Amino acid sequence: MFATILKSRRHVWREWLISYLFLLPALSFFLLFVAYPMLKGVYISFFDYSLNNFDFIGLDNYKHLFQDKTFIQSMKNTILIVFIAVPLVIAFSIFVAMTIYKKNEFTRSFFRGVFYLPAVTSVVSITVVWASIYEPNFGILNYITSLFGAEPIAWLGNPHTALFAIIAVLITTSVGQPIILYVASVGNIPTSYIEAAQIDRATSGQIFRKIIWPMLMPTNLYIIVITTINTFQTFAIVQLLTAGGPLYKTSTVMYGVYEKAFMLGNFGLASAMGIILAVVIGIISFIQFRYLGSDVEY
Amino acid sequence: MKLNDQINVNNNLAQVQSSRKPKWLREMTGSAILSNILLFVFAILFIFPFYWIVSGAFKVQNVAVAIPPQWIPHEPTWDNFTTLFKNPVWKWTFNSFFIAFGEMIGVCLVASMAGYVLAKKSFPGRKIIFTMFVAAMALPKQVILVPLFTMIADFGWIDTYKALILPAIGWPFGIFLIKQFAQTLPSELIEAAKIDGCSELRLFYSIVLPLLKPAIGALAIFTFINAWNDYFSQLIMTRSTPMMTLPLGVATLKGEYTTPYGVLMAGAAFASIPMIAIFLLFQKSFTQGITMGAVKG
Repeated sequence: MFATILKSRRHVWREWLISYLFLLPALSFFLLFVAYPMLKGVYISFFDYSLNNFDFIGLDNYKHLFQDKTFIQSMKNTILIVFIAVPLVIAFSIFVAMTIYKKNEFTRSFFRGVFYLPAVTSVVSITVVWASIYEPNFGILNYITSLFGAEPIAWLGNPHTALFAIIAVLITTSVGQPIILYVASVGNIPTSYIEAAQIDRATSGQIFRKIIWPMLMPTNLYIIVITTINTFQTFAIVQLLTAGGPLYKTSTVMYGVYEKAFMLGNFGLASAMGIILAVVIGIISFIQFRYLGSDVEY
Repeated sequence: MKLNDQINVNNNLAQVQSSRKPKWLREMTGSAILSNILLFVFAILFIFPFYWIVSGAFKVQNVAVAIPPQWIPHEPTWDNFTTLFKNPVWKWTFNSFFIAFGEMIGVCLVASMAGYVLAKKSFPGRKIIFTMFVAAMALPKQVILVPLFTMIADFGWIDTYKALILPAIGWPFGIFLIKQFAQTLPSELIEAAKIDGCSELRLFYSIVLPLLKPAIGALAIFTFINAWNDYFSQLIMTRSTPMMTLPLGVATLKGEYTTPYGVLMAGAAFASIPMIAIFLLFQKSFTQGITMGAVKG
């Protein structure tokens, strides 16, 4: 009796040890390359940290940023991008999912693939072609608008259009994943629910509002949170298409981080920007969870 | 009476006429037709940039900037590709593949080990560790790039493959995905093998890994594509031209004074081919990877 307890004790210990051995690689990589940089980011945001300096300056980086016009402009642009792009991405993805989910497997894969293409293709390829489409002198967009008698516009050079030109490209690269998720989750709704409603002569609008939409809520929450987090970090499209210009009109916070850290060599200030962005994202995600996710658990 | 007959005839006629239409058309209401037309318009708008890359790749500079544009190049030329390959394009391609494969293998191995024990074994700290991984996933990935860069620079790793491969393995999305999938596996099979005296490593290698195959496949393809397209990390961790990845290399082809559109388009086309091919070949796994990572649990 005693011996078996002792044996099973040892057995339990062995299980624990084995579990931790299996976790060891994941934990080491995580702690070294994710957790530690995160803490280090907070730490160096209190320093005047560049190639030659490493001096503690307390909250000066943060104070500086709240007076920095380019940072405030970048934050405004970023928030504007999120507020325009995220609802459009969600609406567009739901529209596509609702239109294709009943189609046969081949057609469904085809359209899913088409709308995913810009997301799998390197952002460099995407921006190369959009730069030529938006080009003011011979770009195809101005050629098409000129057929309707419009004056040519420097889409990426004009402070009034540049941000929207960026947002349009951003949307095409952001809808792929939401469409895949919405198609999967609309497909999971039991058809009997929808058929029952049809027998009761519910309109397709009613069916969408009363049956499909509520059943999409968990997917919605996930997609809205993920899309918001990604959109807040918009960087590559801006860096490749406009480099933040004209007059910081398209600069995003992430582009500002890049500029401060890797062009001006001010790592402390760049880290502080990153932290402010992380806090803003955290607050918005929290609000989204509270607002949309009362009955959803992850 | 006469009126009724008339209505009946009309009804019959309408039925006959409508039955001539194919079934899918008959089932469509007005709004369904409209949304299908919109769907096609959007699909064309999404495909057009890719068509424009390909057609642009075969245009010489003065054709590329011609007004009105040539929708189909009248005299297609390979010149742009000849110019493109004067750059170390094959080295860039190798770099991209090497980094993406490295990340893929590292992530799959580390994530399957961790995901398996988090799903199937009970030990103290399990919940805390899993919560920590999930919490980290919600954090904006790019925000840690600056401190990560300073750390990699301290290691002296800038401009090496490991600067891109190793940090990506720390990102816990894969662990989450494998754990979610492993939870659905029958524990009996694993227990039975253990009773047969199978060692833990053998058990993992010959029982668990094969069972995890669908999830690992999805994770592999997902990681590969993300690694290939992680432009920001590649931009800051790479310095020299021979160490550049394919997208990064193509981005440097922009001329200083004039933009060589044809060459850029050839580069953009060449850089997109591997990803589009991989996506089309593995669309199913890839779609699974995305939906698996989003399921609640």
